[in-house]
Amino acid sequence: MSSDLAPELGWRGMARWAWRQLTSMRTALSLLLLLAIVAVPGSLVPQRGTDARAVESYLIDHPKLGPVLDKLGMFSVYTSPWFSGVYLLLMISLIGCIVPRSLVYLRALRARPPKAPKNLLRFPASHELVTSSSPDDVMTAARGALGRARIDVVDRDGVQELSAEKGYLREAGNLLFHISIVIVLIGVAATALLGYRGAAIVVEGDRFSNVLTQYDEFASGALFDRDKLPPFSFQLDDFAATYQVDGPQRGAPLSFEATGTYADGVDGKDAPFSIRVNHPLKIGGASVFLVGQGYAPVIKVTNRDGEVVFDEPVPFLPADSTYTSNGVVKVAEAQPEQLGFQGFFLPTFVEGEDGATRSVFPAPIAPILGLFAWHGDLGLDEGRPQSVYVLDKTNMTQYMDADDPEEGYEISLQPGESQKLPDGHTIEFVGLKQFARFQISASPGIEIPLIGIVAGLLGLIGSLSVRPRRTWVRARQDGSRTVVHVAVLDRVPRVDLPADLEQFVRRLKEPLEPPSNEGEGA
Amino acid sequence: MTLEQWGNLSNYSVVSATVVLALAFVAYAAQWGFARKVVAVREQVSVPAGADDQTLAGPEPDRSDAAGGIGYSLTTLAEVILVVGVVTRGLAAERVPWGNMYEFGCIAIAVALAVYLVLVRVWDIDWIGALVTIFATVVLGSSMLFVYVPPGPLVPALDSYWLVIHVIGAITAGAAFLVGAAASILYLVKARAEQRTPEDQRTGFLWRMPTSASIDQVAYRVHAFAFPIWTFAALIAGPIWAQAAWGRYWGWDAKEVWAFITWVFYAAYLHARATAGWRGKAAAILALVAFGTFLFNYIGVNLFVGGLHSYAK
Repeated sequence: MSSDLAPELGWRGMARWAWRQLTSMRTALSLLLLLAIVAVPGSLVPQRGTDARAVESYLIDHPKLGPVLDKLGMFSVYTSPWFSGVYLLLMISLIGCIVPRSLVYLRALRARPPKAPKNLLRFPASHELVTSSSPDDVMTAARGALGRARIDVVDRDGVQELSAEKGYLREAGNLLFHISIVIVLIGVAATALLGYRGAAIVVEGDRFSNVLTQYDEFASGALFDRDKLPPFSFQLDDFAATYQVDGPQRGAPLSFEATGTYADGVDGKDAPFSIRVNHPLKIGGASVFLVGQGYAPVIKVTNRDGEVVFDEPVPFLPADSTYTSNGVVKVAEAQPEQLGFQGFFLPTFVEGEDGATRSVFPAPIAPILGLFAWHGDLGLDEGRPQSVYVLDKTNMTQYMDADDPEEGYEISLQPGESQKLPDGHTIEFVGLKQFARFQISASPGIEIPLIGIVAGLLGLIGSLSVRPRRTWVRARQDGSRTVVHVAVLDRVPRVDLPADLEQFVRRLKEPLEPPSNEGEGA
Repeated sequence: MTLEQWGNLSNYSVVSATVVLALAFVAYAAQWGFARKVVAVREQVSVPAGADDQTLAGPEPDRSDAAGGIGYSLTTLAEVILVVGVVTRGLAAERVPWGNMYEFGCIAIAVALAVYLVLVRVWDIDWIGALVTIFATVVLGSSMLFVYVPPGPLVPALDSYWLVIHVIGAITAGAAFLVGAAASILYLVKARAEQRTPEDQRTGFLWRMPTSASIDQVAYRVHAFAFPIWTFAALIAGPIWAQAAWGRYWGWDAKEVWAFITWVFYAAYLHARATAGWRGKAAAILALVAFGTFLFNYIGVNLFVGGLHSYAK
């Protein structure tokens, strides 16, 4: 109440000040750099979103550092509050920049080129010349020399003044580029909210139906209704993999192909499909991608009476490029105690000098299955969801070697072989199937960010290549001759402006007559 | 010829190209060295006649120019041999020759040299020759020493026409980024010298180069050319291919993260040139940091970080 300044120091003033700071170029630039810096940790530390297993093993390997990093959100950088904070501020800054500039630009589009300043020769890029042509002819020549530009010519007491401006598309491109960044970000967010992504392992001969229970992993956006998965199904008949068989790149994968039949809709007819890497199958608005593969040994377990208690292919997950694979077999039907097996599968094994076997080639040339056995309670009845790739050993006891109680009882089987367990059950490695890991995902509306970014690219090219320029020409009759002043001004300073001016003056002079009596002005 | 013979021819060509490039660097270094006593020639063009005669009197500028000419010729020769190396590599592997880190290094340098050789004709920028040739020699040499793999087939994920579009885009942008980085380094050196060196001590090659403002403009133009291409390669072609190969457009894979970081730094550079207080030195440093992130993405991410894009071996 005492000072006139009081209203300006109020919250409105503060807000305005903060807004101006946020939308200033300097702040935008700093936020841009900050965004680059906060993105770095996500590339150096494993991320839950891309590789949850790697995060788990990182936490085991770094018991002290791991939990600290976890608290800081380092394992999910791109969804962390601080990363989101930076890019949201950047978005606000961007929009705060785009809106006023668009309004200014719309006004500028309707505006005429700025009037010629009084003294053109004070511009760094300016020129004076003298001709015996009339000022009107000079104006005509200038129009010709300017080419495509917005041009105004005014007559001020016999002095002809030309103002020209060109390069409006630069700002248009600039605005288009920045607007499209906003569109892309909104489009990506919308796609994530409306879409879903899941993965499932399908063994040769099995059928996959697009219902939630068939997925091993499933994630969907907040706006996606999980009960409305499009109805489709497909059967994997055959999985074919080829590998380089000789040369220094022996074992390198050459091709993977999953073939079978699929049915779109509830009662669609079966049609053949072939899914390869880079060639997904599109059904029901979703795409089915081949993202992994491995082996599923068919394992049969029979009890003492010769009754089959287990007979199915069990996927073993590959751990390296030679398909050293790990897996678990759970025989719930075994009596009196349930049986569990854990071990490895090697498609082509060799025995090293130390007696250890290892895989040397990814194709199944000499497959071997190595397992340890447990007996007891698998824990399947407790209603707790359990991973099929992990054996819960809390209520199970391992079978130990009869000769060496320190060593676990070993099962080593090649296809067709079987082995009798200490409790009288028999386990047989019946045959080998392959499995394919499919990713099934839908990203509705992905066209929007795609169109956005292509438009943004065009805008970017425009904003970087169009050169806005103002040109003024003033022609004044001085007796029998005409004195012409020319000035050129660039919004973005450029080194080659003098050369451009020289060229413009040359083109301007071409149709004009040389001065009749004396030389040009200096 | 058999595949193996093509492969050998390719290896010999890459080795020869590296040697010739090293010689080109020596020539460009001599171009600098011979100009030690020369007074700024290009800047004296606007000075009244008479002064020029004195500066051109000594034998040094001729020797400097000759060395520069030899450097240019040797670079051209190295480029021809390297292109032979890249093409025969493709014949040996029966596919496009950019399926792993070694091949990427070779073709990237081939494209970078091509961009340089063309720009020397257009903008007369042979003053960055020494920087470009030493960089190219180091990249080719270390590619052969550290990440060489014999020619072989592509892994299935790479077997796509996007390999052509995406990688050519990245390489072209990278080639221009290299020229831009070289120009930015010389801009910093020259701008500093312009501030600190008194008029009468302005001798040597530095003063035969264009003004810092001209160098800055070359740097800007090259970056302005490269940035949209990088945008296309990393943010349009990359995601489209990633969707087909891995089932997602963008997954924050290490290579994607660093491509994004590079993009952000170059975007910052372009903005910095239009921001008071950032123009000039700070902008040039940003361009160099951006190039650093590009190099890290090629070397660091491939060899030390890993991820889906690891085709180093």
